[in-house]
Amino acid sequence: MIRLEKRPTPSRAWTYATPVLAVALTMLAGGLMFAALGKNPFLAIKTIFYDPILGEFAFYYRGQLLVKAGPLILIAVGLAMGFKAGIWNIGAEGQYIMGAIFGAAVGLAFYPAEHWYIFPLMVIAGAIGGLLWAMIPALLKVKFNTNEILVSLLLVYVAEQLLAAMALGALRNPDATGFPGSRNLQQYPAASNPEIWAGTGIHMGVVAALIAVIFAYILLSRHLMGFHIQLAGQSPKAARFGGVNPTALVVFCMGLSGALAGLAGMFEVTGPAGQIAISFNSGYGFTAIIVAFLGRLHPIGILLAGLLMALTYIGGEAAQATLQIPAAAIQAFQGMLLFFLLGVDVLSNYRIRLVKEGVA
Amino acid sequence: MNLDSINWILLLASLMVASTPILLAAIGELVVERAGVLNLGVEGMMITGAICGFAISVETQSATLGFIAAAIAGAAISMLFGLLTQYLLSNQVATGLALTLFGLGFSALIGQGYIGIKGLSAPNIHIPVISDIPIIGPVLFQHDLMVYVSILLIAATWATLKYTRAGLILRAVGENHEAAHALGYKVIRIRLTAIAFGGACAGLGGAYLSIVRVPQWTEGLTAGAGWIALALVVFASWKPWRVLIGAYIFGGLTVLQLNLQAAGFKIPVEYLSMSPYLITILVLVVMSSGRSRAALNAPAELGRSFHASS
Repeated sequence: MIRLEKRPTPSRAWTYATPVLAVALTMLAGGLMFAALGKNPFLAIKTIFYDPILGEFAFYYRGQLLVKAGPLILIAVGLAMGFKAGIWNIGAEGQYIMGAIFGAAVGLAFYPAEHWYIFPLMVIAGAIGGLLWAMIPALLKVKFNTNEILVSLLLVYVAEQLLAAMALGALRNPDATGFPGSRNLQQYPAASNPEIWAGTGIHMGVVAALIAVIFAYILLSRHLMGFHIQLAGQSPKAARFGGVNPTALVVFCMGLSGALAGLAGMFEVTGPAGQIAISFNSGYGFTAIIVAFLGRLHPIGILLAGLLMALTYIGGEAAQATLQIPAAAIQAFQGMLLFFLLGVDVLSNYRIRLVKEGVA
Repeated sequence: MNLDSINWILLLASLMVASTPILLAAIGELVVERAGVLNLGVEGMMITGAICGFAISVETQSATLGFIAAAIAGAAISMLFGLLTQYLLSNQVATGLALTLFGLGFSALIGQGYIGIKGLSAPNIHIPVISDIPIIGPVLFQHDLMVYVSILLIAATWATLKYTRAGLILRAVGENHEAAHALGYKVIRIRLTAIAFGGACAGLGGAYLSIVRVPQWTEGLTAGAGWIALALVVFASWKPWRVLIGAYIFGGLTVLQLNLQAAGFKIPVEYLSMSPYLITILVLVVMSSGRSRAALNAPAELGRSFHASS
């Protein structure tokens, strides 16, 4: 009979090994899924994980890698802070949308002026948009003890409707006749966020993601707030006796993750996406939850996890084009990864013992 | 806008149909939470049930078989959550989210061949005599069978929780799993049963959307209904009949909102469409403020993993 024995402290070795194990298991299960779809599983896995980096057309895909990884990392770093402290902001998708709307609105208000300060103002507006949207669940949690999980998630649907209203109404391109959507910010130099080095996919959002990783690392390892976050997550009681202010912690974690998600949305709408449109959001806010867990809620881990997740996105696109593997299969694949990750986590917290039946 | 263009009898009649999906999902989640488990994967289970139910009903031309398949599919996918949280002791919040994310992808994957296909039309049953009463007849007694099944399910859940030994054990597990374990009850097995029941109910709720209410398959069909069902359980303070009241109030508001859209109300459609979510948030705030009420009714072990130490 198998029995689990709780470890006094989580195993260090397994903490590093479990994400790798989970990825391996997901590849295995994913391969079975692709086989069930009638595709060659080895070819599919190779197309997703190998070809975009080292294959024949890698020069095209490599640039895309950072474009996708940037927003995922930026959002996940913020979410991880809250998750560590037991504060569950799962509405990053909504905050991402609001950041994009706020940022784009400020930029479009200046159209067609060309000033150096327009883009910085848009960055600030994007962060504020995400922050304000995240403050709704945060303040309701603090004031009325309302469940932040449900409120932040429900606000995603509200934000999506708001996005549609903006694309069809207030922010709609007045010169366009056909499709709904705002002016294309890529064609408005003062408000656009182009690639910094052509072909690399590096834009301001990717730079911001790297800065966020560094700051989060310093915050968690060197700053008192980081210590409070870790303490509140590991032992809420000890945190309360230790003088951690739970209200401030909720507001800080929600606000930070909201602002970072807002920034991600703002950099996306000014860069790769280009405009406010009904189909602007593509689920980064939800995938970032997987990224945060895959990176073990650690900034450096999130950096690596974000790159891997971005790889499944672009590899998935490649597999769609060459093997006709549906996009939804990649989504299921990403969901599977989170399942395996949470499942194998048992190894870092518990020891597995084989005991004889009947011995108490 | 013209309020006269709204047919109020039809509106009231469609209220019960609009409420049934969240009613089914919420009563299942209520049982799960009373057993002390927080499963945030309702949305994922609902949408899995929606596509499985729709696919089977189209293939077999039988709505009944579709609903049965949806219940089985919902229960099966909920067992992923059960396995992870009960045996591998994973975090329930994170695992529930994983279930939702996986369910959305998985349903989109198997639903590919079914986009744009017309579903069957489930027959409405006319209960003799009472369905012919003016106004009350069409409002209450001329619906499809699942509407009445969902109400029976509420009654059965209420009676089981309140009057039977099984219900008492389930509540004991949810209130204090250590004590229940000490008394010799199989905490994990009981919780797995509750999770499977919740999955089956969520599957039925999703299938009701795809087979009866819409009736069609599109990706992301449930559009947050699972999350609203979760909020409904809080609204109901974990009491079965209040789930019914909450679902009908909510369904009524949804139908009213849709009718206002159709009547050309002077507000853009998007703002009306966001109203169900905003109302849900408002209700959550009202129910959770004043910690005396909702917080006291929450099962004590909600969301905590059980690991027998001996």
